[in-house]
Amino acid sequence: MVEFLNNLLTAFLPDWLALLVMIVLKIVAIVLPLILLVAYATYAERKIIGYMQVRLGPNRVGFKGLLQPFADMFKLIFKEIVVPEKSNRFLFLIAPLLAMGPAFAAWAVIPFSDGMVLADVNAGLLFLLALTSLGVYGVIIAGWASNSKYAQLSALRIGAQMVSYEIAMGFALVGVLMASGSLNLGDIVRAQSGSIFSWFVWPLFGLFLVYFISGVAETNRAPFDVAEGESEIVAGFHVEYSGMAFSIFFLAEYANMWLISALTSLMFLGGWLSPFQGLTFLTDTPVIGLLFGDGIHWLLLKASFFMLLFFWFRATFPRYRYDQIMRLGWKVLIPVTLVWIFGEGLAIALGWTPWL
Amino acid sequence: MGFNLKHYVKSFSLRELMQGMGVTGKYFFGRKLTIQYPEEKTPISNRFRGHHALRRYPNGEERCIACKLCEAVCPALAITIDLEERPDGTRRTTRYDIDMFKCIYCGFCEEACPVDAIVETNIFEYHFENRGENIQTKEKLLAVGDKHEAEIARMKAADAPYR
Repeated sequence: MVEFLNNLLTAFLPDWLALLVMIVLKIVAIVLPLILLVAYATYAERKIIGYMQVRLGPNRVGFKGLLQPFADMFKLIFKEIVVPEKSNRFLFLIAPLLAMGPAFAAWAVIPFSDGMVLADVNAGLLFLLALTSLGVYGVIIAGWASNSKYAQLSALRIGAQMVSYEIAMGFALVGVLMASGSLNLGDIVRAQSGSIFSWFVWPLFGLFLVYFISGVAETNRAPFDVAEGESEIVAGFHVEYSGMAFSIFFLAEYANMWLISALTSLMFLGGWLSPFQGLTFLTDTPVIGLLFGDGIHWLLLKASFFMLLFFWFRATFPRYRYDQIMRLGWKVLIPVTLVWIFGEGLAIALGWTPWL
Repeated sequence: MGFNLKHYVKSFSLRELMQGMGVTGKYFFGRKLTIQYPEEKTPISNRFRGHHALRRYPNGEERCIACKLCEAVCPALAITIDLEERPDGTRRTTRYDIDMFKCIYCGFCEEACPVDAIVETNIFEYHFENRGENIQTKEKLLAVGDKHEAEIARMKAADAPYR
């Protein structure tokens, strides 16, 4: 279909315009489903946490509350965006965009299936590290521009927290890069093909845990959500935001959660690869073979599992104290990754690489 | 301090975190306690203290004799009473106002009343749409009493053995 569209466009438009239209169409094809996923992630979160707290969650709008995200969206669209009088107006309004931009831009290098990627760049992993680090700017600027004590405190907390956990996250990714020998996300997934036992989650189990825990801390989700700590600083960096400006922060947070989930599945759980790989009697059957074979549905399923974990954590764990967050980040997660990388490097140097 | 292997094994195996998630995971499939309010309601006690009402005798005469005991006992000073002597020599109110914003629904007025005229019903779903409607006048209170007399009588009779 992509070929057909490409031919159609080049027939009518000059080459550069056809390319531009093609890229814009691809971006829309990624971002629209992503926004829908984000909307339903909020619904799923409220429903799942509700069920774990022995209540029903939203169930009034539409069948079982399925239209709730749209009701919320329309409410937020029609609300006034209040800009505090003594805030820095320009920074105040640009901060939500700075938070959302990286959260969406990072999806450019995510391979959804074999070859299904917007930009198949060689340094995809570096690009991701850079963009996930940029996300912190939106939050810090929001906290600063609000001219509010709570927002300021939250921005300080979030800044220190995200910088700390980025290190553990980066080290965990170094482990993946050593195992796969490539920075290209597609190649990383392809290096895991074979069977369910060649996924990186087995040799790199410690790094997998560290990566996901850091991911939870990176996205400021419970139990690491001191930046929004309702009991102390109301809502943190977005206390002063209302209407669409607030919902863009919300969008960015959930897009980041999906990003972390997708990345964890790509790096450690074989992305689009089916867990039934190698079981030819399943994958070669005509109809269910499509289901059991590789494809985007496996990535979606794995990412959804990690989203469930996000919600499950939030329903289970009480919020960490700030010094405990710092202790966990610097004194537990980083040493664990260092030891694991050293062990992995030793294994590679000795030629003992069963995952290859 | 010292090196405590047991502590490290325990914390790195994430055992306690798993246990915690097991608890929430179990409740995920548990029975939900939510009451779907407008459709479902929780049972209401016979002693429930909701909206006020003034009652009448079966012959249609109002019970209240303007003794002002409720006005005197009211801790929130929510009740205001004026009275007159009727041509037949009975003592009745001309004005019986309850300020529903001042009222704390303590039920003392009901306790104080010697003729069971002022009562608190089990009506709790009511609202005011205009200023001044919070003052419930004698007419309004009598109307509530007339409308819900059967229910009020049933509640009082059911609660009587325990008083």
